[in-house]
Amino acid sequence: MSTVVFFIFAILAVASAWGVVTSKNIVHSAFFLALTFVGVAALYVLLNADFIAAVQILVYTGAVSIMVVFAVMLTLRGDVRESSEENRKWGWGLFTAGLLFVVIALVILTNTDWRILAGPWTVQNTAASLSKLLLTSYMIPFEASAILLTIALIGAVILAKGVKEDK
Amino acid sequence: MNFNLSVGLSTYLLVGAMLFCLGLYGVFVKKNIVAVLMSIELMLNAVNLNFVAFNRFLAVSSVVGQVAALFVIVLAAAEVAVGLALVIAIYRTRHTTNTDEFNWLKW
Repeated sequence: MSTVVFFIFAILAVASAWGVVTSKNIVHSAFFLALTFVGVAALYVLLNADFIAAVQILVYTGAVSIMVVFAVMLTLRGDVRESSEENRKWGWGLFTAGLLFVVIALVILTNTDWRILAGPWTVQNTAASLSKLLLTSYMIPFEASAILLTIALIGAVILAKGVKEDK
Repeated sequence: MNFNLSVGLSTYLLVGAMLFCLGLYGVFVKKNIVAVLMSIELMLNAVNLNFVAFNRFLAVSSVVGQVAALFVIVLAAAEVAVGLALVIAIYRTRHTTNTDEFNWLKW
């Protein structure tokens, strides 16, 4: 049963990712991107990471996709049907990405240590365990990422709003 | 090389590798800078999937991999906010989102 669900959502995620990079219409790319995020969130549920799946839906599907759509709408010029074309050197990109995939796939498939099935999951409550870890052993990175997020969002506002010349 | 169809760690890693390489392809070939940012999001998602999969299969009694995935999500949110603000700032002065025209640092 979980195998069928896994393959449905894995194929959904990879096919929509294919749609993101091959679509000539950037609005279609943005919606395919939201679909990829939903597929990956379902894979997180299968991996017993329910809190990460909820965060994925909220942050990526809810916020990042909408922000990308906003940026698309604010910067669209000309015909939308050819708004996201490939450049002239696309063959080199295809070659490099394909080569990297072949190398990674060979490493994964020949490594017998990774050919394992899921053991019993012993964490009872993912959200509680996550918060305990975040506020004890990972407290410094947690506070640092809070500061980073604040600074990044203030910087984004200043960049998008622009600074007056006469000040 | 025998390959069975039951879902193990390597299956999840293969899905992550596919997402990562599709994102890499998008970064290399897309002309629109917003599409490049979308491809970077794809690559970050692939890395997150690997973190959570390794956590599920190799450390069944802790959630350290999920903590790492959470930090990656925070970084991705900050990155996309600053990236899109930069795109809008460039668009305001140059009226383009084409990466081939972003060449005024070239001498």
